[in-house]
Amino acid sequence: MNGLKQVLAVAKREKNRLLVRPIYLFCMVIAPIIAFIFFTTLMSEGLPSDLPAGVVDEDNTSTTREVIRNLDAFQQTDIIEHYPDVASARVAMQKGKIYAFYYIPKGTTQLAITGKQPTVSFYTVASYIIPGSLAYRDMKMMSEYAAGAVGRASLYAKGYTEDQAMAVLQPIKMEIHAVNNPSLNYSVYLCNTLLPGIIMLIIMQVTIYSIYVELKEETAKEWLALTDNDIVKAVIGKLLPQLLVWLLMGVFILFVLYGWWRFPLNRGIWPMVLNMLMLINASIAFGVFLCGALPSLRWALSLATLWGVLSFPISGFSFPQMAFPNPLRALSWLFPLRHYFLIYVDQALNGLPLYYSWPNIAIQIGFLALPVMVMGRLKRFLLEFHYTH
Amino acid sequence: MKWLRNIIEVWAYEMRCALFDEGVVVFFVIVPLLYPLLYAYLYNNEVVREVPTVVVDNSHSQMSREFVRRVDATGDVEIVSHCADMQEAQQMIHQRDAYCLIYIPKDFEKDIAEMRQTTVELYSDMSGLLYYKAVLSSCTEVSLDMNKEIKASRIPGATEQQISAFQYPIEYKYVPMFNTQSGFASFIIPAVLMLIIQQTMVLGVGMMAGEEREKVRKHIAEPHIIGKRPIEVLFGKSTTIFTIYSIIAVYLVCIVPMIFDLIHIWRWHTLLAFMVPYLLSCIFFSITVSSVAHDRESFIVMFVFMSVPLLFASGISWPASNIPIFWKGFSWLFPSTFGINGFVRISSMGATLADVQYELNALWIQTFAFFVMSYIVYKRTYGKQLWA
Repeated sequence: MNGLKQVLAVAKREKNRLLVRPIYLFCMVIAPIIAFIFFTTLMSEGLPSDLPAGVVDEDNTSTTREVIRNLDAFQQTDIIEHYPDVASARVAMQKGKIYAFYYIPKGTTQLAITGKQPTVSFYTVASYIIPGSLAYRDMKMMSEYAAGAVGRASLYAKGYTEDQAMAVLQPIKMEIHAVNNPSLNYSVYLCNTLLPGIIMLIIMQVTIYSIYVELKEETAKEWLALTDNDIVKAVIGKLLPQLLVWLLMGVFILFVLYGWWRFPLNRGIWPMVLNMLMLINASIAFGVFLCGALPSLRWALSLATLWGVLSFPISGFSFPQMAFPNPLRALSWLFPLRHYFLIYVDQALNGLPLYYSWPNIAIQIGFLALPVMVMGRLKRFLLEFHYTH
Repeated sequence: MKWLRNIIEVWAYEMRCALFDEGVVVFFVIVPLLYPLLYAYLYNNEVVREVPTVVVDNSHSQMSREFVRRVDATGDVEIVSHCADMQEAQQMIHQRDAYCLIYIPKDFEKDIAEMRQTTVELYSDMSGLLYYKAVLSSCTEVSLDMNKEIKASRIPGATEQQISAFQYPIEYKYVPMFNTQSGFASFIIPAVLMLIIQQTMVLGVGMMAGEEREKVRKHIAEPHIIGKRPIEVLFGKSTTIFTIYSIIAVYLVCIVPMIFDLIHIWRWHTLLAFMVPYLLSCIFFSITVSSVAHDRESFIVMFVFMSVPLLFASGISWPASNIPIFWKGFSWLFPSTFGINGFVRISSMGATLADVQYELNALWIQTFAFFVMSYIVYKRTYGKQLWA
């Protein structure tokens, strides 16, 4: 019982420290909340619509105008300007005004009527991948549609039904199902990992900073004295109030994603609660581990920065991991966010039974063993070293 | 010329401060040096190839096998298994042995023979959008080819040209511009490079400012600062950062893209005229925000996580045209927004200075505004409180 009292005494001390320093309020509550609202409202459209695009219509006949009107009617593109030639459309692209343009050369209509098969083209800016590929999709569909319209008209004239005409024009048709995210919602695709990633990054930093600051302000001895220099109790007591805040933030993230924006949650909320809990604890454990494992706490903070920022690309939620070089694929096992992402995919997105995620769950829990390895070292640090500039 | 000597003295002093401080060197030198290498290595493959895909072929016909064979031959998709039924196929996807599924219906060949349209169904796991893109584009490509051949067999004696003209009275051509293979590295790395400049600078300058504040609290006066006017100190310090970052910037924007063979079609005078205001606005931005640094390390904790929102606020991923106006206003506060957009267009799209005029103007305005603000910060720090 005495031990518990000591832990609580440290926790109480830490609670007061958290309350008086504005940096904690900012980093643990205000900044993450702003970041969560930022990402989800930024992509609230789901799929960007009305991307600015241009047209170079050198032919300018009623047929080509019809084609352009149709293109404008597509959801993702919005024709904002006509350009006299390809060169000026390209300049508009370089100025960042348009993401794509459609080019219809002179004589297109005439050639089409006489069966000489003219060629139109569309140009998209591939340096901006998302708008580029969405504009590509619209313009390709439009081109298929325009070509098909002429073909269908001639078949209808010969007395074909619509089904028969389609069977002649397109014997094999593709139908794609985007499983569990049919509208290709980018927010679902990115925010589900970005938000937990932000909290993971902040947790690692705050954990290290809060231990570091004791050393720097020479209060570490006072802190450890509360538990009679028992490092384990001291660390647990210190991190306990922080853990409570992180849990609240974790619940807030889950609320934002699944309560407010109603993202796919195909196996109920509990697996994701577990997932969030494990991510928070793994991040704290990682922070403590870095504190004890590195030659100075300053290095711990720097390495946590590197590790935290690298977590985003290496977890593979935007660019899939299968295309990474092998050493980095192996390295990704050491990132809690990677496991969080995989568990999320299994549980929330695809709604699989929990046992599919067991390797990731096991490793995520395994991270909790990391601090145990460095406790002795950390104690020596806190009691013996002095902060130097 | 006393002022010039003063500035040079501050410059020399700050230079020593920065380069002999382990913590600052990490952000000013080590991170900018290593991070791009790591990133470029990560995205070295540029595109996703051979996405593992399973097939459920209920048709078991010569034609369906031909379809599958051709899809397998494309670079984007690799057929890893033929499954007996949907259940088995789903099982493979659940175990991440495959990410896409191609389902060919029983009547595939019969439908075609009897002149009915037949539908091949594709399923894509949505844990990555690039899987979707890969399976859709390669199957569509194969189906267009096969459709053409089917039609040719139906109209005996027709030339390929006639069939093609029937299928496509208007032919179309797709031209991806500036990043022709839609590579991921060519897309994300230029933006990351610009962000690295701003973020590492903010962290390093914040750390230096935190150190100064700590000394102020401990009443350790800096002999090199005493007797100098705030404006001289400001000039001296910003010149120090400019010196260091000119070298870092050359490495980031010239050498890194060359090592990793990323698109770099800039003209050097355009790049120079753009990078100077970018560095200047970053410098005065860093000095301005460093005024909130209470001690050396708090600033890291407060600013590192901003990197991710700032990358998105620039419009490199989610398009700028669709960023809500409120967040757009927010993004204008940071040099990186204009730096990223201008640099991507100069470097990847060959834009001239006139093409990035908007970003250029914004950066100069920021330079001026942040200069005034950092002057105020300096006047407060060095004018009144301490050594006046």
